[in-house]
Amino acid sequence: MSHESTYVPGTAIERWLDRRLPIIRLGYDSFGDFPTPKNLNYWYTFGGILTVCLMIQIVTGIILTMHYTPHVDYAFASVEHIMRDVNYGHIMRYAHANGASMFFIAVYLHMFRGLYYGSYKEPREVLWIIGVIIFVLMMATAFMGYVLPWGQMSFWGATVITSLFSAVPVFGDALTTLLWGGYSVDNPTLNRFFALHYLLPFLIAGAVILHIWALHVPGNANPTGIEVKSSKDTVPFHPYYTVKDGFAIIVFLIMFAVFLFFMPNALGHPDNYIPANPLVTPEHIVPEWYFLPFYAMLRAITFDVLFISSKLGGVIVMFASILLLLFLPWLDRSKVRSHRYRPVARGFFFLFVFDCLFLGWLGAQVAEQPYILLSQLATAYYFAYFLIILPLLAVLETPKELPKSISDDVLSRSQKKQAKASSPTPVAQPAE
Amino acid sequence: MRFISKIIIALMVAGALSSGVALAAGGKTKPVEHYHWSFSGINGKYDQDALQRGFQVYREVCAACHSVDFIAFRHLGDKGGPYYLDECPEGAPDTLNCSNPNDNPLVKALAAEYEVEDGPDDSGDMFMRTGLPSDTIPGPYANEQQAAAANGGAIPPDLSLITKARKYGPDYLHSLLKGYTDPPETVELDPGTYYNPYYKGDMATLLKPEFVDDQGKPLEGVEVPYGGVLKMKAPLVDGIVDYVDDSVPETVEQYSKDVTTFLTWTAEPKMEARKTMGKISLLYLLIMAVIVYLSYKQIWSRIDH
Repeated sequence: MSHESTYVPGTAIERWLDRRLPIIRLGYDSFGDFPTPKNLNYWYTFGGILTVCLMIQIVTGIILTMHYTPHVDYAFASVEHIMRDVNYGHIMRYAHANGASMFFIAVYLHMFRGLYYGSYKEPREVLWIIGVIIFVLMMATAFMGYVLPWGQMSFWGATVITSLFSAVPVFGDALTTLLWGGYSVDNPTLNRFFALHYLLPFLIAGAVILHIWALHVPGNANPTGIEVKSSKDTVPFHPYYTVKDGFAIIVFLIMFAVFLFFMPNALGHPDNYIPANPLVTPEHIVPEWYFLPFYAMLRAITFDVLFISSKLGGVIVMFASILLLLFLPWLDRSKVRSHRYRPVARGFFFLFVFDCLFLGWLGAQVAEQPYILLSQLATAYYFAYFLIILPLLAVLETPKELPKSISDDVLSRSQKKQAKASSPTPVAQPAE
Repeated sequence: MRFISKIIIALMVAGALSSGVALAAGGKTKPVEHYHWSFSGINGKYDQDALQRGFQVYREVCAACHSVDFIAFRHLGDKGGPYYLDECPEGAPDTLNCSNPNDNPLVKALAAEYEVEDGPDDSGDMFMRTGLPSDTIPGPYANEQQAAAANGGAIPPDLSLITKARKYGPDYLHSLLKGYTDPPETVELDPGTYYNPYYKGDMATLLKPEFVDDQGKPLEGVEVPYGGVLKMKAPLVDGIVDYVDDSVPETVEQYSKDVTTFLTWTAEPKMEARKTMGKISLLYLLIMAVIVYLSYKQIWSRIDH
């Protein structure tokens, strides 16, 4: 950890343990006394929220596994068995299914926060890269999890997405056969997806530990984007941020509970309550909402480029849209981290957020004009934002003046707020 | 910034226009009518009388072709189910706990009205026996092939989850069941198929030859009707089921409402328990939120910020 340990073992047993395995020291230094910038706003609470999401998914998932049968003939019925005959099984299953959606809501907000405040910049590149890896693992886990109930969307979603790998030159067919464990999506596919769906969350948990480690070496970034300069800029993590994160987690859980208890199927697709049938293709095959932006980019490539078929092109674009994030720290060379002080970049950032939402909407539409053209435009902006706009702005943009220190910024903001509160009627401005 | 907001507006307009285009494409179904059900909303509960009547409609009409494979007789006596009993009827022994579906006399009697296959017995033969609460309700067909053969090639879907397997499930089911009408003048139906404006399909392919051009496209001014055709003829007619309670009308509307309530229960039997738990959880979380927020304010007041 980057800061000097301030832990003093208070009891004999702590002193005994500290000389053998300083695990209490580790916990204290990481989550007790850890100096944290005092200006973190609510956008910075999603790290804690995501940890809670992961724990909920693992606990509910392990319980579901105790009653689930990974076999094409029994999977659907075993999920219904959980819903009907297992004590609180319906709550466990709805919590797990909606928990996945909550996880993605939180991770997308966490990522947009990182983009806005420039959290990926030096010296936090590794932190960011581990985050991208966690995101990829999450997507793989969620995709395989959606296959397990073996409904119509499970089966056909799995068929569409695994078939993509056949577009890979030379190895395509071998790769697809390996994924399927045969020559079509069938029982071996379900079995390996189940095995991997159980494995990957533990890899995520491991990556999360690395993510927190990589956070605690340079310390938190913050909304001003300037580094901590003195102890006046920071507060200990506990109790200041345990209580703030705690409040945010409870508010998040309220939203989660509304979905879980009162509209548990709102985010799912009705077709997944029809058992998988390889002979009947659903009218529209759509992935879960959190994959829609990437699905739109996959389908946007409807033309061949040289020797690259449109199918392979779509696959490349879809994977590139995620892998591109790995290079973000070197694409955006601006010295100023926070978009608070980057007026031009800020506009493009909000357009980028809108673009992602728009792509999500497009992903749910049928693959015909004008959606294809709109998807192509939106995909173009997605890539242009990272490959052209951010690198250019680093050179062209004149950022606003940065505050002297975090505590300066915090105090001037609270003074402004107080001034506003004490004079509720705004002073009349002369006409221009 | 102004340039960017212009782009955003342009994209929004494009999106709005394009959604209009999608609606104009063929194969539309009539928008379902939305009802206020006893089970809608955060306080929604299944009306037990409607569940019992709905089960009767299912049993006397739907069950001729449709199974409810995920429903066992004992489920009918679960809390929130059609035949749940808080207390035993008079005359039952004191030791009996009728809230346990396996001891519920109504459920036992109902199961006993069915014959189910069991076995193999000690000599290796399958045999028929009287139904028990633990048995699932037997379906009409032995297998899918038999179901298809009896229904002109269409397999009647299992109804256990039907209200969750369709968009706006209960509203859709109710609209469909009472939505059968005579086919519009402009279309010609194959024998053994029936028109319903709420069923998905493409009526453009069924237009009579005088309404289409050489390429099979509808002529100008010819409207393609809503909906599609299915192999199930209108299952409900007034008076087809005899309700015990004379005050309840024996109409298609009422039958359809009751059977929809029953099939919503088969799809989501734990709904009442879930909503109750939800209200308690929300109350708990809201109180926690207030306490933690006040702690947050108090703790942060110690430092300059």
